[in-house]
Amino acid sequence: MDLRLPLASPTAAPAGAVPVVELLSADKLFADGNRGVAPISLTIAPGEFVSLIGPSGCGKSTLLKLIAHLYEPSEGRILWWRGAFDKVGRAGRRLAFVFQEPTLMPWANVATNVRLPLDLAGVPRGEAVARVGTALAQVELGDRAGAMPRQLSGGMRMRVSIARALVTDPDLLLMDEPFGALDEFSRNRLDEDLLALSHERRLTTVFVTHSVYEAVFLSTRVIVMAAQPGRIFAEYTIDEPQPRGESFRLSDRFAVRCRELSGLLHAASVASRSVPA
Amino acid sequence: MTPLIERAWVRNALAPLLVGIFVLIVWQAFCVLRHIPPFLFPAPTDIAASLVENLPTLLWALLSTMKVTLLAFALAAIIGTLTAFLFVQSRVIEVSLFPYAIMLQVTPIVAVAPLIIILVKDTFWSLTLCATVIAIFPIISNTTIGLRSVDPGLLSYFKMNKASRWQVLWRLRIPSALPFFLAGLRISSGLALIGAVVAEFVAGTGGRSAGLAYEILQSSFQLDIPRMFAALVLITVTGVLLSACMALLSNLLLGWHDSAMEDGR
Ligand SMILES: Nc1ncnc2c1ncn2[C@@H]1O[C@H](COP(=O)(O)OP(=O)(O)O)[C@@H](O)[C@H]1O
Ligand SMILES: [Mg+2]
Repeated sequence: MDLRLPLASPTAAPAGAVPVVELLSADKLFADGNRGVAPISLTIAPGEFVSLIGPSGCGKSTLLKLIAHLYEPSEGRILWWRGAFDKVGRAGRRLAFVFQEPTLMPWANVATNVRLPLDLAGVPRGEAVARVGTALAQVELGDRAGAMPRQLSGGMRMRVSIARALVTDPDLLLMDEPFGALDEFSRNRLDEDLLALSHERRLTTVFVTHSVYEAVFLSTRVIVMAAQPGRIFAEYTIDEPQPRGESFRLSDRFAVRCRELSGLLHAASVASRSVPA
Repeated sequence: MTPLIERAWVRNALAPLLVGIFVLIVWQAFCVLRHIPPFLFPAPTDIAASLVENLPTLLWALLSTMKVTLLAFALAAIIGTLTAFLFVQSRVIEVSLFPYAIMLQVTPIVAVAPLIIILVKDTFWSLTLCATVIAIFPIISNTTIGLRSVDPGLLSYFKMNKASRWQVLWRLRIPSALPFFLAGLRISSGLALIGAVVAEFVAGTGGRSAGLAYEILQSSFQLDIPRMFAALVLITVTGVLLSACMALLSNLLLGWHDSAMEDGR
């Protein structure tokens, strides 16, 4: 598998390309009467890096789980590549989810953890081992294949978790505050690596974060959500050129965008409070 | 160089050994200086002498007790594990059967043993049954808790990857349950020995199935207190060895686990 694909701008999806995900007035009402999100309509195009940001409890995780088909919408529909979920998993329509916690098997070493989705899918051992090697190299853990999770730092465990997602060769990568528990230094590095990887592999990514800086750095589009009920409050497009690196983070444009997004986020949290529960 | 006392093996092995030797010396000195007769309270040397003198009989008794203990332990482990698997298959099964498992646990074995001994004609099997009944509960409860103690994040990861029920069981539930199961084994091994000895006391049988408890009973009738202590020493040593074997097994299988790391400081 050649991973050195020619660089393409992720926003340069051809007009009329099949959208990766379409939510058509999809909402989620929990069994206890709690509303996760009000009806949401949203289209995500191939190659987009979409961040979900908003005050806690505004339904970011619920929305992501709807997209991952971990929840069924109570009303409305969700389409993946214009089709139903049962076609997801075929070549060109693969989905991977990275949780907030690394959720590794503590009794298995790094390589076995990364191999898990392939083992579950019945991929032959020889092929699986080769793909694990590639995925670990991509997250710069090629030399830690035999280590146990407890021997790794938090950032390294998260890298293992990302390798476990990449090994399935996903087209759509869903991440729920993956680096929220890490220190800023590790988070910045992982952000840069993630951006390079998603660019290189032309991933479509939906990324939940509570950091304005992270959202601006990573995203081509930010979706600002508000709570009570959980809904989309605003959208914010970031058409900065790729690849982005430390120079973008230090630039004035970055600061301006962070300020604008912070303003939207503040408005969203005011809107979340003003509606009586 | 680290000071001797700060090394792990020195602290963990040598320190208790020194305490033991100190107690033995004080015990010996007390018995000798106060001229306490061995039939009242034997000195360590009296016990050692009795152990050597009665070694063949005591070893046969030990063998008999060990047979009951190990068989009961194995039965408890197998039946207990199967029961736990049954429990986690459905809530209905667990809810209907768990109270009886608790009844087994809270009923004092001494109270049930005579019944079992009357009902089961063969002495060996009646002893084994008593010991199994007493040893099975920790296996059932620990394994059940273990099989249920799956990390919910990992479980949804498995579900998301369309894992079959069998894959979830084999790759997730069983490895998650292993530390709990092994802790259950450790408790159960001790209980199996206790169960075997208690059952022997109640049965009070000699002959082919005469175990260490029978030796203790016999010695007390004959007021042979040193021999009583000698049998007691053998029971204790057996218990310690059993527990050590279980600890070793845990450390071998749970190199990844936090509790194993704690032990191995
Ligand atoms: N499993 C659940 N059952 C009931 N209510 C839930 C559940 N999960 C989330 N909620 C509710 O749905 C709303 C959105 O939650 P969530 O999507 O987790 O928010 P966020 O990730 O933005 O913090 C919250 O009010 C929360 O209490
Ligand atoms: Mg959340």
